[in-house]
Amino acid sequence: MIRLENLTKHYGSFVAVDDISLEVPRGALYGFLGPNGAGKTTTLRIIAGILRPTNGRVLLGGDDVHQNPIAAKLRLGFIPDRPFVYDKLTGAEFLRFVAALYGQEGDAIERRVTELLEVFELASWKNELVEAYSHGMRQKLIISSALIHRPEYIVVDEPMVGLDPKAARLLKDIFRQFVGRGGTVLMSTHTLEVAEAMCDRIAIMQHGKIVAEGTVDDLRRQHRAGDASLEELFLKLTGGAQVRELAEVLGYGDPTT
Amino acid sequence: MSQPALWRVLEPKWRTALQRVREERSRGGSGKLLLLGVVGVLFWTAVYVLLYFILRYFRSVEELGPLLAGKLLGLVLLSFIAILVLSNVITALSSFFLAKDLDLLVSAPVDWLRIYLAKLGETLLHSSWMVALMAVPILTAYGVIYRGGLLFLPYAVLTLLPMLVLPAVVGSALTLVLVNIFPARRTRDLLSIVALGAAGLLILILRVIRPERLASPEGFRNLLDFIAVLRTPTSPFLPSEWATRAVMTYLTGNFDPQPLALLWTTAAAFVTLGAMLHRALFATGFTKAQEGAERFVRGEWWRWTVGTVLRFLPVAKREFVLKDVKLFFRDTTQWSQLILLAVLVVVYLFNIKALPLHRGEPVGFFYVTLVSFLNLGLAGFVLASIAARFIFPAVSLEGRHMWLLRSSPLDLRTLLWSKYWVGTVPLLVLALLLTGLTNVLLEVRPFMMIVGIVTICGVTFAIGALALGFGALYPQFETENAAQIPTSFGGLVFMMATIALLGAVIFVMWQAVYTYVRAVYEGQPVVVSAEMIGWFAVAAALCAAGTAVPLWVGLRRMERFEF
Repeated sequence: MIRLENLTKHYGSFVAVDDISLEVPRGALYGFLGPNGAGKTTTLRIIAGILRPTNGRVLLGGDDVHQNPIAAKLRLGFIPDRPFVYDKLTGAEFLRFVAALYGQEGDAIERRVTELLEVFELASWKNELVEAYSHGMRQKLIISSALIHRPEYIVVDEPMVGLDPKAARLLKDIFRQFVGRGGTVLMSTHTLEVAEAMCDRIAIMQHGKIVAEGTVDDLRRQHRAGDASLEELFLKLTGGAQVRELAEVLGYGDPTT
Repeated sequence: MSQPALWRVLEPKWRTALQRVREERSRGGSGKLLLLGVVGVLFWTAVYVLLYFILRYFRSVEELGPLLAGKLLGLVLLSFIAILVLSNVITALSSFFLAKDLDLLVSAPVDWLRIYLAKLGETLLHSSWMVALMAVPILTAYGVIYRGGLLFLPYAVLTLLPMLVLPAVVGSALTLVLVNIFPARRTRDLLSIVALGAAGLLILILRVIRPERLASPEGFRNLLDFIAVLRTPTSPFLPSEWATRAVMTYLTGNFDPQPLALLWTTAAAFVTLGAMLHRALFATGFTKAQEGAERFVRGEWWRWTVGTVLRFLPVAKREFVLKDVKLFFRDTTQWSQLILLAVLVVVYLFNIKALPLHRGEPVGFFYVTLVSFLNLGLAGFVLASIAARFIFPAVSLEGRHMWLLRSSPLDLRTLLWSKYWVGTVPLLVLALLLTGLTNVLLEVRPFMMIVGIVTICGVTFAIGALALGFGALYPQFETENAAQIPTSFGGLVFMMATIALLGAVIFVMWQAVYTYVRAVYEGQPVVVSAEMIGWFAVAAALCAAGTAVPLWVGLRRMERFEF
């Protein structure tokens, strides 16, 4: 279980995350939605132990990420939104390096490296420097690195960015199987169709606060949205009415006339 | 469509620079600016004073004076031109082909001439500012000694400007041609090796021909030969010679407008030719620049060698060290600097060998001991400069990958440990080489050999730790070019702290060595007294504190990093 307790993060006077509490149950695929600048990435980076919260705490299966970081991080796989990888390592070397950070090596890891690279169709690029990889290939490599040590929890920021449709589908399948075997995924995404189709529960964040939480049906009920799609719900909750004015901004006139 | 003004094309650059200054100020960075200003002024003053005395001496020499002063200026400007061409070639590669703003500029309806002029200006500024600043005290000394008056100031600027433009055009054109032949990233690798190799060779040649002998005319058959050599232009077709003539004819009261006209017309012609070349070759070069560099590498070699040697380490430490070693040797811009380092060691030892200590007659024990002792300070300074280049940026270079390191269960101590030893072990080898070989060349006694070796080891451990600690205290996560990191404010503070530590260690050690020198001088047996042991202990404590404190502070700082 991933648990956030009264999590707050200030950058100077700016409040990026404002006293949020959340519980992601074991075996769930949890969607984390919100407009740009809502505080999603900051929250995920706090969960991954990259940022320290101003207040509150994060528990991964009972281990506090900031009080007991080694134990907590051993259970975690983090996939960031920007795929910064060491350019001068090969794909296989990068995966071996990540495994070593988790204290793992040997034949089992060699097999795992080969297996993951094959699954993500990177096997033929195994011994090439990462600097020659495309954005999507780097993203696949980072996803592989998050899986190499067989984590219990995956925290992932915008996983679909840069992936081709085949890889996106593969990732969805991997996440589904992962939660099917008892793993937990907390995923931030802007692709609402993906969230609607995949996530067991969803939290919508805005201005650093969670403004809605539950299953898609829960959200519909809570906000009397009938059978509205998640996109319509999202726009309703996050003030997306401005979208209607877009046509005017783009110079196409009023779309209703 | 009317084209945007040049300042508009360059707007992101100068606005970013302004914003950085504002951010620095709001962070209370006036102290930093003040410190930078003080160090800059001190450096300028030192250069000015040195040149002032040299030129005053030249001025007192009848007939030969202006010739010597002109020759000196010619040599200085010639070396400036050589440095500028090399630096422009490398800078142009980034600004014309690899910069992040190029996609935006090239896809916008901005004409080729504006892109060329904007990028040329950027290249010129980035590669020439240091040379331009260095020229200030030099030309001021000339102006003061030869009473050039206030008008000499704008005149000097007018002379220097085209001299800076020409290497920028030549450097950019060379890069343009090279990028059309090789992919840009491959060109960068080639250029790093060629440029550093050339620079190393230049230093080696300049040192081996022993230019100090030119200062003693006794070496020439007669005075006429000497004057003839001085009158011959160093290089009649080089802008440095024109600039020298422009300055010297102005200062000696025989003003000749021809050199200045030659400088400006050539600069204008070169900019035009450069623009034409840019128009013809930029598009294909830019396309080639998008190609990747080498793809396949041999990773197994490192695993079999370094990996096997480090087998005793825990897997995380071992892989971290392996990763750092691989990254260093696969990045040509990094390892190619070892060429300069090798040249530096050779020149260093050559200088020691060339010292007029061993001329047949028995050398004073005092002088040998003194040189051997002072060599510790000099070697320490050299090691500090190398640490600034290679160890200081280590933490900054991890910045973009901190997401991985911080989200993994890697203990930051492991990270710091790996960085420390990966940097310090090679530094230690170099330190032992510099001190040991120098002491052998100086034929010092065993006591000084041991003192030298032990001291340099202690100092090296501290230098490595200081570099890493200050690198963590003043990280430059946004800088992609490792070579730029040591020239930051943090790099300056590191150098100052290291020099202070070196000074303290040398002062303390001198107290012990002085006891030894006095005993030998008075013909008494050398006894390692309690006082000597006390001084050694103080030096050891200084080195230990210089090692432990920066590492501890660096670790604390790293724990607070936010990305």
